Amino acid sequence: MKYVATFLVLFVIYILLAGWVIDELILGAVIALILTLIIAKYVDYKIDYLLPYRLLVFIVVYIPVFLWQLVLSNLNVARRVLSIDIPVNPGFVKIKTELKGDFAKLILANSITLTPGTLSVDVKGDTLYIHTIDVKGSSIEENTEHISAVFERILGVVFK
Amino acid sequence: MEIVSTVFMIIGGLFYLLGGLGILRMPDTFDRIQAGTKATTLGAFSLLIGITFAHPDWWLKILLIIIFIVLANPIGSSVLAKAAYLSFEKPSNLVTDELEDVFGGDTND
Repeated sequence: MKYVATFLVLFVIYILLAGWVIDELILGAVIALILTLIIAKYVDYKIDYLLPYRLLVFIVVYIPVFLWQLVLSNLNVARRVLSIDIPVNPGFVKIKTELKGDFAKLILANSITLTPGTLSVDVKGDTLYIHTIDVKGSSIEENTEHISAVFERILGVVFK
Repeated sequence: MEIVSTVFMIIGGLFYLLGGLGILRMPDTFDRIQAGTKATTLGAFSLLIGITFAHPDWWLKILLIIIFIVLANPIGSSVLAKAAYLSFEKPSNLVTDELEDVFGGDTND
């Protein structure tokens, strides 16, 4: 099952990049097969009947929120960069996450990096270490609320 | 169509410009990494969307490129930030530093 899923994902990516030609189909299948044999033992995902629902939440809720945050964060950077003396109040803070899987944490860390004024530096267990341009809270709870609460809620539904 | 495409590409270029300015003007390493990451990610998005309007049949490939960028760009900057934290003296303007208890604070001085 895992092998089939990995093969399909790799094959589809190859075809999307290469185009729908018979030569490419054969070559893509061979390459996807070889790669599957190499990497399948490292991948770890569960497929269940809730997957379509999660995918829907991911696309309909997460992606718009993410894009909006990305635009906000760029305007934030623009404001700082274009002001005469750059307002910064930087520091490293810890936040806690409820998310369990590695992939969920990766998505959360990436989302945090692309939201206004924050950059995830490291993940240790359920703690994320964040560099923020403008330190607001003084406790872990406050910082978690400021930085990751929005994404945490959405990703909590997507990756149960 | 041509005009929409050009507008998106120009916006993308402007974001790249802002990113470059940010890397130049921000006061310390980590702020620079932040400015660079955010601006280049949205810049690339905007540029690629512009290309999609010019060549609508490329949209699947461009979608793939966007996925790879949005996965790889933040990871790269996280790794850069961690390496910078471990290798160099910390910037003097930090308000709090809760990373210190992970790396033992022996990277300073």
